Amino acid sequence: TVMAAPVTNDQSWFFALALGVSFLKCLLINAYHSTDFEVHRNWLALTHSLPAAQWYYEATSEWTLDYPPLFAWFEYGLSHIARFFDKEMLVVQNLNYASPATILFQRLSVIVADVVFFYAVKECCKCLREDKGKYLLGKPSFILTVLLLWNFGLIIVDHIHFQYNGFLFGVLLLSIARHFQNRHFEGALLFSILLNLKHIYLYIAPAYGIYLLRCFCFTQSNADGSLQWRSFSVVRLVTLGTIVLSTFSVSFGPFIALGQLPQIYKALMHIPFLSLCLLQPALFRIWHRPNGARGFLRCLVICALGSFMFGWHVHEKAILMAILPLSLLAVESREDARIFLILSITGHYSLFPLLFTTQELPIKILLLLLFTIFSLTSLKTLFRSGGALLNPLEATYLLGLIPLELICEFVYPLTVWQKTFPFLPLMLTSIYCALGVTYAFIRLYISLLTCSDSTKKIKTQ
Amino acid sequence: MENWSLISLCVLLGLTARWAVSFHSYSGAGKPPMFGDYEAQRHWQEVTYNLPVHEWYFNTTNNDLNYWGLDYPPLTAYHSLVCAYVAKLLNPEWVELYASRGYESHSHKLFMRATVLFTDILIYIPAVLLYCFYFCDGSSKQKVATAFCILLYPGLILIDYGHFQYNSVSLGLALWGILGLGLGWDLFGSLAFTLALNYKQMELYHSLPFFCYLLGKCIKQGLTWRGFFHLVKISMTVLVTFALCWMPFLSDPKQPLQVLHRLFPVGRGLFEDKVANTWCSLNVLIKIKTLLSRETQLFLSFALTLLFVLPSSLKLLSKPTLWQFKLALVNTSLAFFLFSFQVHEKSILLVALPVCLVFNEIPLIATWFLLTSTFSMLPLLLKDGLLLPYVVTSLAFLFLSLYLLSALERSTEEELRLGLYRKLTQRWLPKLNLSRIIKWKFWFSLAAMAALSFTSVWLKPPAKLPDLFPVLVSVLSFLHFLGFIIYFNQVQLMEPQRKKSQKKTN
Repeated sequence: TVMAAPVTNDQSWFFALALGVSFLKCLLINAYHSTDFEVHRNWLALTHSLPAAQWYYEATSEWTLDYPPLFAWFEYGLSHIARFFDKEMLVVQNLNYASPATILFQRLSVIVADVVFFYAVKECCKCLREDKGKYLLGKPSFILTVLLLWNFGLIIVDHIHFQYNGFLFGVLLLSIARHFQNRHFEGALLFSILLNLKHIYLYIAPAYGIYLLRCFCFTQSNADGSLQWRSFSVVRLVTLGTIVLSTFSVSFGPFIALGQLPQIYKALMHIPFLSLCLLQPALFRIWHRPNGARGFLRCLVICALGSFMFGWHVHEKAILMAILPLSLLAVESREDARIFLILSITGHYSLFPLLFTTQELPIKILLLLLFTIFSLTSLKTLFRSGGALLNPLEATYLLGLIPLELICEFVYPLTVWQKTFPFLPLMLTSIYCALGVTYAFIRLYISLLTCSDSTKKIKTQ
Repeated sequence: MENWSLISLCVLLGLTARWAVSFHSYSGAGKPPMFGDYEAQRHWQEVTYNLPVHEWYFNTTNNDLNYWGLDYPPLTAYHSLVCAYVAKLLNPEWVELYASRGYESHSHKLFMRATVLFTDILIYIPAVLLYCFYFCDGSSKQKVATAFCILLYPGLILIDYGHFQYNSVSLGLALWGILGLGLGWDLFGSLAFTLALNYKQMELYHSLPFFCYLLGKCIKQGLTWRGFFHLVKISMTVLVTFALCWMPFLSDPKQPLQVLHRLFPVGRGLFEDKVANTWCSLNVLIKIKTLLSRETQLFLSFALTLLFVLPSSLKLLSKPTLWQFKLALVNTSLAFFLFSFQVHEKSILLVALPVCLVFNEIPLIATWFLLTSTFSMLPLLLKDGLLLPYVVTSLAFLFLSLYLLSALERSTEEELRLGLYRKLTQRWLPKLNLSRIIKWKFWFSLAAMAALSFTSVWLKPPAKLPDLFPVLVSVLSFLHFLGFIIYFNQVQLMEPQRKKSQKKTN
């Protein structure tokens, strides 16, 4: 059979994995959806029914448009297809409208938009340094594909809770892949587009900025890896700047022309102000001793994780911004695999409170177990040499999630404290997971600061 | 990757698919006054909890048999009783005598779905895993792939977790019986199968092959002393199991008679509703239901069933191997499905189980049959509002079995066991590529089923023929099943002496 066959160039397994996860997503169409569903329905309605000049002013619904303009145009495009499913969903006054056709359309739009994510994952697999494995199941690209395509957080947040993260992370991963492939202009363009789709990615903009400036605008480094000031290329800097500015102008231009910049600023800028101070050492390290695209990726993850931990008004879904890019590093390095395991298991568990309904309880447990078992066994097999991947303390911490879940969701609701202290389980979950996330953050930081400098010249174009 | 992790991944995916299907509607949802099978199961919990045993199968003031009276053997009743105790703990309103009729709520639905999941995990899934690991050829990864495909068979998932039934219990117990016989633990196998029989009387479809296999084995061991003694032990096991199951009903001779009367309603006629068997399909052309008298119908049904089961059973009697046993199960249950009395469309699941067991040997035909069996239940699924899970699970199953088991590649003439067909066409059409013809027919048939599914959903039938689409579905399925019964009989009866030894033959 396919699984037992020795590795060939046959790429059909990728298609099989993508199709398989799409089938699973289709089965979840009728699962619980959060208020985010109504948010997006509202945006479909207002982008369809109203002229662009009123998009950021429309306030019939409490869920006003608070994403950048490109995302609004995306919703506008979707609304034209939505017409064929149910015209009523495009009426702004139809608050909380959720007919079966509406649900079907919205869910399918997320599933179809994930095609971008599939493409990005395929590109990321091409960037892996070595891709050898005795069997298909042991190939790094196979493991990476499953870790990304079947990521528990993405499935839960996108296809149950309801959001468009798959599509957005596809753009992010594609941008990262382009940087790995030394196609920096495309990478910069994609990241600019991403910023104009969802401004939350501003958290990782410093990593991009420092990396591009250091590794791309300075075309060469000295033999020991330090900066060669004379190799500064103005052309590249200007090109990059043009790309970024033109993307922003295409996106914001119409609204600036209409004089709506203050309104948009009000809509978008309730995002937290990230604490750059804590991330400064990492950024400095990248500047001083860049480690190519992998160092950039590591810095990106640290920025994402740091903002998650110390930012204000952060959603728990933001942990995905750290977990997904880290998957790329996890299949290549043992230390990263360890950090990934702790971060992903704890981070995914911290998403549990998002699905609080009893009906979805088996689903979230089953899917988390699925992802955890896969990541543990495949990474363990990949890094077989060198002993156990997790030390006893880490393993105990992770195992502690089981009693935590039993207490929070099974035992506690039956006790008398449920009425008086209903938020205690949530607090326990947050505190317990914070330990794991912080631990992963510290380890990641240390690995960045102590990673061996490459003595060979950094590959530049 | 180790085996245990692959197996656990497959089981987790299977469970996820099952629970995701359970989100959808169930039989009779929101349709008073009678509702559907879901309400029937809830009602049985109510009846068995509140009434004494001797009233369960009788028409009393407290027990109106016209409102979903018990019509399964005692084990179902005991199972309902256990569920009722749990229900009482969670919410007594669910099993309140009379007051709970037509009770529908979100939490109750979760409870009912959970009971199905529980018995599935306990009985059916372990049996499938054990079967694949002990009786499947090939590498361990192939065994896992086979187990995965069996676990994702859409028909069983849609009926148990959608429409709402407990087929995984009876089919699971029957599978344990097959496992027992395969491993040489005849007494355990007989016990398991007898329990299956006492859970759903439709398991009688499987009883003839069990009987012939065991009898054949005993004969092979010599009719004197050893074989005979073995036969006696098996019979005693069966009888004792029956006695234990029916114990509460044996005090009064009227009891077992009434139970049998409920289990085998001969008064209900040749067929009800649309089902993909001979009589219903024949009825489209000739109205046999009204044309022939009840006795003639019974006789015809009996005769044809016998005609089709006899060759297979005799062959099994003469050659009691596991392979023959599995094929005989397919042939016998399919014959009963096609020609028997008062067959329901869900009975195709009884044929689907043994076909799942030959998945590994003939993946293409097995996939074809299993998809057809799901398609044959389409009108029922549409009535229950299960269109989305039907489409998704069928497509997923098709894709997975073709991809993981390489069904299309493993379809040479020898692998498809087309011996007889080859012999027949040898004289006049020697150059015919039978394997390619089969594959073309496979795709064409799938296209036809997809097209008919599509039209059943999107088009309105003409006013003069309101049942057009269900009838078309059952006739198309019937023609497929007819082809399958000929094929499987051919495979079983024309089996040559195998060169390599068959796993565990006993």
